[in-house]
Amino acid sequence: MAASTPAILALEDGSVWPGTAFGARASACGEVCFNTSMTGYQEILTDPSYKGQIVTMTYPHIGNYGVNALDVESWRPHVAGFVVRELSPVVSNWRAEKTLGAWLEEHGIPGLAGVDTRALTKKLRVHGVLNGFISTEGVSAEEAVARARAWPGLLGVDYVREVTHREAFAWDPEDRFSGSFRLASGTGATGPAAPAPLPPADIPIVAYDFGIKYNILRRLRQHGFRVQVVPAHTPAEEALRHRPAGIFLSNGPGDPAALPYAVRAVADLLRTGIPIFGICLGHQILGLALGGRTFKLKFGHRGANQPVKDFETGRVEITSQNHGFAVDAASLPAEVTVNRINLNDQTVEGLRHKSRPMFCVQYHPEASPGPHDSTPLFAEFRRLVEARG
Amino acid sequence: MPKRTDIHSVLIIGAGPIIIGQACEFDYSGTQACKALKEEGYRVVLVNSNPATIMTDPEFADRTYIEPITPEVVEKIIVRELEEMRRLGVPVEQTQGPSAGPAGPHKLVLLPTLGGQTALNTAMALHRQGVLERYGVELIGAKPEAIERGEDRLAFKELMLSIGLDVPISGVAHTPEEARGIAEKIGRFPLIIRPAYTLGGTGGGIAYNRAEFEELAKRGLDLSPVSEILIEESLLGWKEFEMEVMRDRADNCVIICSIENFDPMGVHTGDSITVAPAQTLTDKEYQIMRDASFAVIRAVGVETGGSNIQFAVNPDNGRMVVIEMNPRVSRSSALASKATGFPIAKIAAKLAVGCTLDEIPNDITRETPASFEPTIDYVVVKVPRFAFEKFPQADPTLTTQMKSVGEAMAIGRTFKEALQKALRSLEIGRSGLGGDGKPWRIGNEVFGDRDLFPRELITRKLTVPNAERIFFIRHALRAGFSIEEIYQLTRIDRWFLAQIREIVEFEEELAAVGGRAAG
Repeated sequence: MAASTPAILALEDGSVWPGTAFGARASACGEVCFNTSMTGYQEILTDPSYKGQIVTMTYPHIGNYGVNALDVESWRPHVAGFVVRELSPVVSNWRAEKTLGAWLEEHGIPGLAGVDTRALTKKLRVHGVLNGFISTEGVSAEEAVARARAWPGLLGVDYVREVTHREAFAWDPEDRFSGSFRLASGTGATGPAAPAPLPPADIPIVAYDFGIKYNILRRLRQHGFRVQVVPAHTPAEEALRHRPAGIFLSNGPGDPAALPYAVRAVADLLRTGIPIFGICLGHQILGLALGGRTFKLKFGHRGANQPVKDFETGRVEITSQNHGFAVDAASLPAEVTVNRINLNDQTVEGLRHKSRPMFCVQYHPEASPGPHDSTPLFAEFRRLVEARG
Repeated sequence: MPKRTDIHSVLIIGAGPIIIGQACEFDYSGTQACKALKEEGYRVVLVNSNPATIMTDPEFADRTYIEPITPEVVEKIIVRELEEMRRLGVPVEQTQGPSAGPAGPHKLVLLPTLGGQTALNTAMALHRQGVLERYGVELIGAKPEAIERGEDRLAFKELMLSIGLDVPISGVAHTPEEARGIAEKIGRFPLIIRPAYTLGGTGGGIAYNRAEFEELAKRGLDLSPVSEILIEESLLGWKEFEMEVMRDRADNCVIICSIENFDPMGVHTGDSITVAPAQTLTDKEYQIMRDASFAVIRAVGVETGGSNIQFAVNPDNGRMVVIEMNPRVSRSSALASKATGFPIAKIAAKLAVGCTLDEIPNDITRETPASFEPTIDYVVVKVPRFAFEKFPQADPTLTTQMKSVGEAMAIGRTFKEALQKALRSLEIGRSGLGGDGKPWRIGNEVFGDRDLFPRELITRKLTVPNAERIFFIRHALRAGFSIEEIYQLTRIDRWFLAQIREIVEFEEELAAVGGRAAG
């Protein structure tokens, strides 16, 4: 694509954000949201939780280190569109395989560069997330605004069924993808070191795939779980046929209230007494299955520096987050404890059941992108499963 | 975890005179610390030999000593201050006893981590001489053992290897055979050879191949009075990064800022153009560096406060080695504070008296606590200011010894904006990289602003790090050098070079319009 092809983002409030096209020649509607991470655009783009969203990065220089085959969180990028201040004219990293633009083009995703992303972010912070339309196909401003306004939005829409795997599968049975990435070490090194060795996979679990990130599966495997991934719509009795010692509920896109089938399955699973661990959308579904409510946040939490206070240890974790909905603390039954909160806005970040083996977090302990402070949660899940025998 | 109630007075050691290698950054950090500790209700005693500082203004400390910063003088101050505390009715004697005794402020403590290397060295001398123990004065911020582990290069290297981090590989040889064995172990050139105990390190050098190595090793062994040489793998041309870390006594750790050096390894950080945040690390690599930073501060044992940790990264395979750590507030902390708005020195002082990060309010947001990692939507560039015209006898080549006399820092929405603003702020008469119509004086020659410079001059100025190299990147691009050619000569990351190319391309665009307008 020529360097100077015009492109446009229009919002439902009538504002128009012209810039330069990159990526694919395409158009798409989506909820426009911002992410404040300074690194990790490739992981963000491939996180299935961004289905139905047009993402803008608050950090101005994007594409600096290109893209590579390893830093993906699913099989393809899922965003509807990508908006940046400056797209790097070169890629500079020993791991880079191609440019961000070429990669987005391969996957049919439109990109928009040269936009004042700070002004855009401020608008979203003041107004809340807005529906938008992005196009690199020469659509007029009037039409773009009309398309943004005509889009119904993602409230009440089931995006999970678009990103969940169609069939159940065993994750990495040959242990080829699950070792932690490690840098070269010592003077003789020519490339990255072999991935960290894995412990035996001795605990069978079922992971519900609502749009699961690869690094969750890698972390589960790294903690000795043998993971059977099942599609989001799998009923409880079918999941139990795999004889799991634990149940994991993944992250995923969109509105948790649009997933009655998942809430039903999880409510059934809660009654079995099998240990359950949930992340992000999995945490919200647990909240609903326990009788609570969820609500839409004004502009969501998306970034790699969200401070979370853990009341059980007194420590503060710097967490990676990506969610637009939250569990309403006041709606929860008495047998559930809110054991973690976000220090920025005091919203619920973690739940623990007082009598059943179940805990969940709103943030992303698997990181990728983001800090590794919360990795120990996977070990906690293992202890919970082991304690039950 | 609330602040400590056993402390009555805090003695802060300043940084002394402003010299090359140590500018006013420690005046800033010391002043911040004085304010923060007074705010917490402690009595603050300050010693600094330099009266031309903000921190020595009377309102900042309860008592200020303008005295030489030597162990002898600081000991006398300790004696006087304990007397003064007794006079004020403080039960100082409790400190000498085996137990802390009843609660209540009674201790005089020494905070050595905010006055640069001078303060740290003075505090360590007092510790080694037994002065601190004799008078029951506790070091806060960093314990002597942690300071030693951070400062002793060999012990630090061993410690890093013991926690699974990589360091530049080195070895000590006493014979040519031993030297060859070490060279083989390291396995690649260039190698740095340093003879032991020679005056000013004479007889050392860099060997780029086996023949040069044999010669340098033999010469080094001959010149060393103890026939001993240190052989170390060279990191020349590697990418250099810094991490600013803070830790509190509940073991909460946060990164305040990552910094990527524009100039590769071989140029002192104080003489490098530095950029925040890091620009060319993927999230996987950045998180590995973040984890390593926490591992370093924990292993060294800096219990509270800030540390600066330096890394080198091989641009060809990503190998990351730990270079060094400063167990104190440093020059880079001042930069990181201004770059992010996170007041490192102020927070470090509060952490030293026992507060934890989640108890201290965040100055920027006012609503959230200090236990967060600043994320920024802009780029910060620091450019060193040199004054070689005032030191005609000095060698203007930039090396591992700091030669700049100051610096300018600028913030921009892009690297290009920040770089241009910083260059303009140097007050050397330029409006940025060039294109401002002003002539260039290179040695005895004068060139017009838009003259094309001779290729051999450009090549020479790019190859050896010097104060004008940044401007010669522009000259090189205008003279038709490719980014790859400039990279091979400078090892400055291609991302930075591509950004500068965009500035130069825009200069050409403006010049073309100007030409048409004038014509």
